[in-house]
Amino acid sequence: MNIAIASGKGGTGKTTFAIAFFLANQERSRLLDCDVEEPNVHLFLKGKVVKEEKVTLLMPEIDNSLCTNCGKCVTACQFNALALAGKAGVIIFTELCHSCGGCALACPEGAIKEIDTEVGSISTTLVGDSSELTTGLLNIGHSAAPAVIIAVKKNKPIKEVAHRIVDSPAGTSCSFVASVSKSDYVILVTEPTPFGLHDLALAIEGIRELKLPFGVVVNRISSPDNLATAFCKKNDIPVLLQIEESRLVAETYSRGGTLLDALPHLKQDLRDLLDRLSGVI
Amino acid sequence: MAHNDPKEIVVISGKGGTGKTSITAALASFFPNKILADCDVDAADLHLLLNISATEKHDYYGGHVAEIDPDKCNSCGLCESLCRFDAIDVKEGKYAVQEMSCEGCKVCVDACPEKAIAWHPALNGAWMKSETKHGPLFHARLIPGSENSGKLVTFVREKAREKAIENKAPYILIDGPPGIGCPVIAAVTGAHRLLMVTEPTPSGLHDLERVLQLAAYFKVPSYILLNKADINKDYKEKTEKCAAQYGAKFIGSLPYSTLFTEAQLKGVSILDAFPDSEIAKELKAIAENLITHLQEEKQC
Ligand code: SF4
Ligand code: SF4
Repeated sequence: MNIAIASGKGGTGKTTFAIAFFLANQERSRLLDCDVEEPNVHLFLKGKVVKEEKVTLLMPEIDNSLCTNCGKCVTACQFNALALAGKAGVIIFTELCHSCGGCALACPEGAIKEIDTEVGSISTTLVGDSSELTTGLLNIGHSAAPAVIIAVKKNKPIKEVAHRIVDSPAGTSCSFVASVSKSDYVILVTEPTPFGLHDLALAIEGIRELKLPFGVVVNRISSPDNLATAFCKKNDIPVLLQIEESRLVAETYSRGGTLLDALPHLKQDLRDLLDRLSGVI
Repeated sequence: MAHNDPKEIVVISGKGGTGKTSITAALASFFPNKILADCDVDAADLHLLLNISATEKHDYYGGHVAEIDPDKCNSCGLCESLCRFDAIDVKEGKYAVQEMSCEGCKVCVDACPEKAIAWHPALNGAWMKSETKHGPLFHARLIPGSENSGKLVTFVREKAREKAIENKAPYILIDGPPGIGCPVIAAVTGAHRLLMVTEPTPSGLHDLERVLQLAAYFKVPSYILLNKADINKDYKEKTEKCAAQYGAKFIGSLPYSTLFTEAQLKGVSILDAFPDSEIAKELKAIAENLITHLQEEKQC
C-alpha cells in the first residue's frame, strides 16, 4: 500500500510523524523522503548509505557556430528560460528550464543539442538491518523538484515490502501533486491553529481534485476537542489520530530524537493505524 | 532616483513552522511607509494576521494548457511521444490531455500535423490587493495542484513594486515561500535582502544552510533571525557559526513563546495582541536593528 504523508502548512510535524509511522512499522514498510527541497528524514534516521544515483534532465545547449540569433527558440520557450542577449547570442537560465524540448524542436539550424544535466540526486539508506529510506535531493538553483520526486518514487528498492510511506513537501503546488499522486491513501498532518486549519483546507481541496482517500492527524493538541477536530467533524473527514502537545517532544526533536523516543506509547497506535488503513483499501 | 527604487526584503525560512509569517506580520508594524506582499502563494497566511479589508480579487492566468479536439485528431500519437510530462492519456486509441499534468510547454500544439491541439490560457489562481492598517497588502492564492507558482510569485512582486513606486514607499516587505524550489527562486532573484527565520534544531539548521546556499547562488545578501532560540543551546551556537560561514548577518534572536499562537487565534500580529510583552520589546529591538542596517547600507 502507498501512503503519502502531507500537510498544507510547513512545520506541523509532518516529517516527525512520517518517521514515527515508519519506525513503528519498520519490518513491513519503507520510507521515501520526497520533500526534495528540504529533505530532513535522514537527520533523524541514522544508517548506512548503500546506493546513490544522479537525477538528470535534458537541457538545451547552444552551438554558437550554428546559431544565427533568429530567436525562434526564445519564442518557443513558454517558461522564459531563453533570452536573446545581443552579441552574446542566446543565453539559458537553467533554473527556469522545464526540460520540455520545445526549443530544440523549434530551432531551424539544428543548433540546439539537449544534454543530460544533473538537477538532483537520490540516495538509499539502510536503517537498522534491512528497512530502507530513499531520499531525494534537489540541487541548489534548480526548480525541477517534481522531476526529482518522480525519480524517487520510481526508484527500485533493494527489497520490496508491503507498504511504502512517502513524506511529501508542504504546500499544494506541483511538488505536492507529484508526491501524493497515485497514492492509495493520504494522511494530512495538521495543528489546531488558524494557520494550520487554513492550509489544511487548501491541501484537502488539492487531494479531492486528485480523487484520493484521506484522513487527518492532529498534532500538538492541548485538548481533544479543538479547532481541527471541529473542522473535520463539520466536513465529515476522519480524524485518524491526535498527538498531544508537549515540551518533551519539542526538546527531543531539537536533539535529533524521534516522536517515539518522546512518546513511546504511540508505537502501538501507529501499528493499529496502518492495519486499519490497509483494511480500508 | 533612489526613492523610486523600492527595496524588497524577503522573509524566508527553508523549513516551515519557524514563525516566518508571524514575524513578518510583527515587522509590518515597524517598517515606515512600505508595501506588504505575501509570496507564499500556495499557503498564504499573512492576511490572517493583518485584519484585511477592501479586498479586490482578480483571476490569475499564468500559463496555458493544451486540449485535443477529438474530431480533428487522427490518433497518430506524435504528441504523446513528444510530451515529456506524461500529460497525454491514450484510452482505446483516443488521445486526450490530462490537465493536471500538462505544464503548458506547447510542444504538442506546434507539432500536431492535424492542428488538432488548441491552446488555452490556464486559470492558475487569483491575486488580491487588500488594505491593512500597516499599508496595502498584495497576496495570492494558487489553485491547489496548479502549475506556475513561480510565475504567480513574480507577478505578486511586480504588483507590489508598482504600488511602491506609486506611493514612493522605500520598502516592500515580503513573506516568502518555504523550500528552495520554483517559488522560492522566483521570490529571491533580484531581491534586495533576505531575512531568514530559523530555529535551533537539526532540521532548522539543515534547511537554513540550503537557503543560504541558494542566496549565495543568486547573490542576495542575508540577515538571520533565530526564533525559539532557547530550546537548544548547542544548535543555537551551530546556527551562529553557519551564519558567519556564509557571511550572513545575525540580527537577533527570540525565545520560544506560545504568545505567537495566541495572537494567531486572535487574528492579529503578536505586537497588536500583546504590545507590552517581553517578546514584543525584543521584536521591536530586532526591527530597529534591521532598519538601521538597511539604512546604513543605503548610504554607501
Ligand atoms: S527545454 Fe523547454 S523550458 Fe527548457 S529552454 Fe527549451 S523550450 Fe525552454
Ligand atoms: S502542452 Fe506540453 S505538457 Fe501539455 S500536453 Fe502538450 S506537450 Fe504535454
